[in-house]
Amino acid sequence: MGWLTALLSGLVFGLGLIAGGMANPAKVKAFLDLAGAWDPSLGFVMAGAIAVALPAFALARRRRTAWSGEPMDIPTSTRIDGRLVGGGVLFGVGWGLGGFCPGPALVALATGWWPAAVFVAAMLAGMVLHDRFLAG
Amino acid sequence: MTIAWTSFSPWASLAGGLLIGIACALYLLGNGRIAGIAGILAGPLRALPSRERLRRQRTPLAFIAGLLLAPWLWRVFAPWPVLSVDVGPGALLLAGLLVGIGVRMGNGCTSGHGVCGLSRLSRRSLVNVLAFMGAGFATVFVLRHLAG
Repeated sequence: MGWLTALLSGLVFGLGLIAGGMANPAKVKAFLDLAGAWDPSLGFVMAGAIAVALPAFALARRRRTAWSGEPMDIPTSTRIDGRLVGGGVLFGVGWGLGGFCPGPALVALATGWWPAAVFVAAMLAGMVLHDRFLAG
Repeated sequence: MTIAWTSFSPWASLAGGLLIGIACALYLLGNGRIAGIAGILAGPLRALPSRERLRRQRTPLAFIAGLLLAPWLWRVFAPWPVLSVDVGPGALLLAGLLVGIGVRMGNGCTSGHGVCGLSRLSRRSLVNVLAFMGAGFATVFVLRHLAG
């Protein structure tokens, strides 16, 4: 039954992205444009998401397995290095340039919107490129 | 700094955020996993083209299927919002490449490091979030106010 909670999670996640305004690159860019007409809405998306996820993580720490029987797979790495920062910077430049991050781009792609299709094709290529040639 | 009052949508965005939080909680407690889109995509991508290995990626593939179904379910009940981009296909290709490489190198994106990482109080995630937020603010500033 694990696939059912996974499917539902993806569905609710996508609905949240759409409701929150994240699927629209113009709104994302208005959030990133501090010096222009700034739209702080996306800060509210982040605050709402953390308000629910924070207690969920506290709860999950006390469990060994998930409802599906799969083991709890919470990251344990605490390493802060150049790849962590450099990856964040590359991602941020791309995010600011296009206004898409991975989740919203997939949601927008599903509607057949061509800019999302162009972005996602390049993003998947970038991920493969990294994993094949740049993985440390 | 001026606020874009006409497009500011605190309640809709807060509601969207709560839904995203619920989705992360469900994927965490239901499947024991981090709802980070970059990581969820990376597993099945690495498994290609082997069908055998792809079969072991059922959980992330189901999550992606749900994500792709979301706009269709949305449109049953509500009008689809107007989406717009302000750059051409060349810039979108470059943006996609940078995002793809960046989220794999830094091991997460707005969801994995942003929502989930900050929610589990990870210092590593906080560093990554500060890096991508800073770079995002700087990029839009350069594009709109220096180069524009």
